[in-house]
This record gives sequence, C-alpha cells and structure tokens, in this order.
Amino acid sequence: MADVLPADGSVTHAAADSGTASLHRNVMIGIAIALVIAPFVAYPVFVMKVLCFALFALAFNLLLGYGGLLSFGHAAYFGMASYVCAYAAKHWGFNPEFAILAGTGVAALLGLVFGSLAIRRQGIYFAMITLALAQMVFFFSLQTPRFTGGEDGIQAVPRGKLFGMINLADDRTLYWVVALIFMGGLLAFYRIIHSPFGQVCKAIRDNEPRAISLGYRANQYKLAVFVLSAMLAGLAGSTKAIVFQLASLTDVHWSMSGEVVLMTLVGGLGTIFGPIVGALVIVSMQNFLATLGAWVTVIQGVIFVLCVLLFREGILGVIAKWIKKPL
Amino acid sequence: MFELLGIPPQALFGQLLLGLINGSFYAILSLGLAVIFGLLNIINFTHGAQYMMGAFVAWMCLNYLGVNYWAALVLAPVIVGFTGVIIERLFLSRIAHLDHLYGLLLTFGLALIIQGLFRNSYGSSGLPYQIPDALRGGYNLGFMFLPTYRAWVVVASLIVCLATWFMIEKTKLGAYLRAATENATLTQAFGINVPLLVTLTYGFGVALAAFAGVLAAPIYSVNPNMGADLIIVVFAVVVIGGMGSIMGAIVTGFSLGLVEGLTKVFYPEASATVIFIIMVLVLLVKPAGLFGRAA
Repeated sequence: MADVLPADGSVTHAAADSGTASLHRNVMIGIAIALVIAPFVAYPVFVMKVLCFALFALAFNLLLGYGGLLSFGHAAYFGMASYVCAYAAKHWGFNPEFAILAGTGVAALLGLVFGSLAIRRQGIYFAMITLALAQMVFFFSLQTPRFTGGEDGIQAVPRGKLFGMINLADDRTLYWVVALIFMGGLLAFYRIIHSPFGQVCKAIRDNEPRAISLGYRANQYKLAVFVLSAMLAGLAGSTKAIVFQLASLTDVHWSMSGEVVLMTLVGGLGTIFGPIVGALVIVSMQNFLATLGAWVTVIQGVIFVLCVLLFREGILGVIAKWIKKPL
Repeated sequence: MFELLGIPPQALFGQLLLGLINGSFYAILSLGLAVIFGLLNIINFTHGAQYMMGAFVAWMCLNYLGVNYWAALVLAPVIVGFTGVIIERLFLSRIAHLDHLYGLLLTFGLALIIQGLFRNSYGSSGLPYQIPDALRGGYNLGFMFLPTYRAWVVVASLIVCLATWFMIEKTKLGAYLRAATENATLTQAFGINVPLLVTLTYGFGVALAAFAGVLAAPIYSVNPNMGADLIIVVFAVVVIGGMGSIMGAIVTGFSLGLVEGLTKVFYPEASATVIFIIMVLVLLVKPAGLFGRAA
C-alpha cells in the first residue's frame, strides 16, 4: 500500500526493489520446474485441474488484489467460456486452440458488458451486482438446453488435435499444453500488474479520488481490469472444458464463484502467487474429502470463517511477512 | 367469464397472488438486510440460511415437540434471532473494524456451514409442513379462488413490515438506532450502549428472516437449499431499491414480486431472470437505486 506513484504513471517501485524482482523471477523458475516434474510424480489430470483453477484464481485476484473490486460472480465468465469452448469443439468441430480462443473471447465480451454495469456501484454493492448478474447467466444456462445441454451439460467434448497436428487425447500430451497455457497466463498476469497500467490500477484501488484528481479516468481503468480478469477466467474455463471434456451447470453456479474467492483468500488476497497455492490447497482438499459428500461444503465454510477471523493474510501473505518481501 | 389479453383471470390473479407472496418474502428479507447493513455495515450473506432455519425450527417444533404453527410463528424467530445474537457476539463483532468485504466473506462461510449441516441431517428433498387448520380452505371471489393461507401470508408480512417501519421511524428505540446508523461514536458519547444496540439489531434482522421462513414453510417444502437462491434475488432487490430507506425496501420488495408474477403469466421463460433484468435497467438509469442516496 506504500507504493508511491509518480504523476506520469511510470513505475519506480519495481526498479527500486531489485531484490523483489529477482525473488519473483526465482519463484517463476521454481514454478516452471515444478510443472516439468509434476506429471511424473502426480496424476496428470489432477495437476491439470489444479492449473485450471489456479488460473481462474489468478484472474479473480487480478480484479480484487489490483483493482480492489470483489466480484462474487466470476463463475459466469469461467462457466460461459467453458460452454462456448465445449460447444465450438463438439458441434462446430473447432480445433482446440480456436475453441479455447472462442470461449476466452466470449468471456471477455461478457466481462465488458457486466463490468460496465457493475462498476457503476462500489464496494458491497459491486459484489451483490456481480453475483446477481452471474445468477442471470446461471438461469440462462439452465433454460437453454439446446445450447448448454441443461442438467446434463455438454458431455464428451472432443479434445481434438492442436493446430490440426498434435493429438490431445493422451493426458500426458495435453498436460504440456495446459502447463504452457497456465505459464502464459501467469506471465501475462505478472506483466499486467507491473505495467504502468497496473500501477494506475493500484493507485485507483488505494485512493480513487486522488487518482482521478491526477487526471486518470478511474472508470476506464476499472473496466479494463475487469475485462482482463474476465478474459483470464474465460481462458481457465475453456481449458477446463477441454481437459475434462465437459461443461456443466456446476461451472456457472454461485458456489463456483464462492470457491474461487476461497482459493484466493486461503492463498493470500493481493499476493501474486497466493491464488496458485490456494487453488492447490482447495483442489487437493476436495479430492481427499470427495467421499464425505456435503461435509465438503461445511469444511469450506469453516475455512472461510477461520481465514477471515484469524488468517486474513493467507498462506503466502504470512510467508511474505516473514521474508519481508511481497510475493 | 371475462378475459384479459387472452389470459384467463384465474391464471392471472393466481400468479399475481403468488407474486405478491414472493414479494412479501423479498420485502421482509430485504428489510432485514437493510436494517443490518445500516448499523453493522455488513451484507448478511447468512440471511438466506437464517430464513431456511426459521422454516426448519418451525418444522422441528411441530415434529419433535408438538408445538403448533401459531407458537412457532413466535418461537422460531426468537430462537433463530438468538443464534444471530451469538453469531454477532462471537464473529461479527471481531471484524467490525475491518473492510466491509470481510463481513460478506465471513457470513458467506457461515451460510455454507449452516446449509451444509442441515443438508447432512435432513437431505435435500424437502419436508412437508401442513397448513394449520384455521387457515385451510379458501374463498371464492368470483374472479379467482383465494386460498386462506396465501391471503394470511400477505397480510402478516404487511403487518410485520409496517410494524418494523413504525418501530424504526417513530419510536425512541428506533431513534437511537437511526442515530447510531448516522454516527455511532457520537451516539455512544450520549450514553447509549451502541454495542448492545448492534447485537440486538443483528438479532432482530435475523429474526425477521426466520419469520419469513416460518410463513414460507407450508407453501414451499422445508428444504435446506430454500434460502440459497432466494438470497441472491433479494440482493438484486436491494440493489434496485437501495438500502437507504425502510419504506423503500418494503415497496420495492412487494412490487418486484408482482412484476415477477406478471412475467410468469405473459412470458414465463423470463420469470427467473426478470428481477435481474430490472436491476440492470435501474443500474443504467439510476445507479444509486430507486430509493438510494447518491454515494
């Protein structure tokens, strides 16, 4: 919060703290190495699930951590992208890369429409509006079974051949593609928050009237960060549809929006790498506890309450405090 | 029989009545949300779960203790309101100094816990609750059949809403409440126990939700998920009305219920989304909400 922003928007803080920059570079390299090792020590489909949700949580955190906007309806972009991608791949025979692009594009458009409505209100109202808009998308999905397959969802989505050449039916092959998509998303996220644009967004988050008085059009920045966030969420949703060959109502339901909030909260709100850790923790938990049925909801609720009461910094927030460097 | 735009009057008035009933629930719930938000600055996501608890406590009273509907109508709000007091003391008071968003997250977590626990114990299929004997049957009004219980729900909701309005706007206690909403520190300096007032206000808002739950029990089956989707619609109602005015919340709640009922008659496909669409229109035209004060 102590970032000082010069009026021309150029960034001093990354350069002033080269130790932080090299730390982040090392963490990125560490993540890349972990991604290379992961499929040999863990079940690839599980790792891909973690990566999709990590990307989703990164998208959510872009909006909350750097735009200061808590969206309670991110499932709308995730789920709608997942539907569009699945539909394009299955019924139009799109190659996976174009299906994912289509899903991501639709999510960005939806983000543009919903974002321009939601940024008209702030704080608590913003959260309620995004939630209500997402619920509208849920009902739309429920009532258009010709497009979404209704309660069944779109099943048996073909994974297809990437660029018409690489067959993705094999989990190992698909894994590398998903890992690349995730890494690309992470780098894009990192680039966005360290760009002049990202710095202005932070300034607006911390003190909107001051940023406006400095001549920044706060609403345009908010809308832009909203669209970027929806787009990343769409990328995550589309990739998920290809991995699991399924798009269903679960992806657009409000509980999905709640889950992504939880992942980010556990990992650390406003930290760069926290959402990845949060996604890993929550997805693993769901896997281990899958046999417990409805207790998973109760446990998630308990984690929510404990995090808010005792552990607001999240896992990486606490580590960042120890090493005295932002993560 | 006369017909309106090709719609038989029984269908039209039947749906309007159902809309009015949903509107009563919207009104009571958004009223509770507005009262809680005014003083605690928290959007109570647990509200839907507390509405569900109201219905369940009524069901438990009847099936475990043999306590009838009329007693449950008083008992359930008191019991659920008391759990609200505990929640406020244990959790909400600890995060009062933090950003409002943490309140939203905390109450969301509590809603997950409560709904999950009830789902584990009672399943998701729903339990029947009989309409009390005195309210069985109905009246033939000529143009429609009016079930007594449904008429009772509308009347009871109106009375509770207006009583709440009267209490907040016209009594001394309500004056304290409004003063504390406006400036808590100054109110406390005048010797009013604001923390106690906060706790009681939360308990009262929660009790309102539970009251709506008891009213709903005989109409919809008693189901652990009954509040989960409803609360999101109520959020939209709150965005449309704005939370600045008590009467605004009541009027918005009832009229949106009516609009929803009308939509069910003329264009049923949109009935689930019409309130959200109205929310979008209101955001475009008057972002602060129909009764809201500009931020």
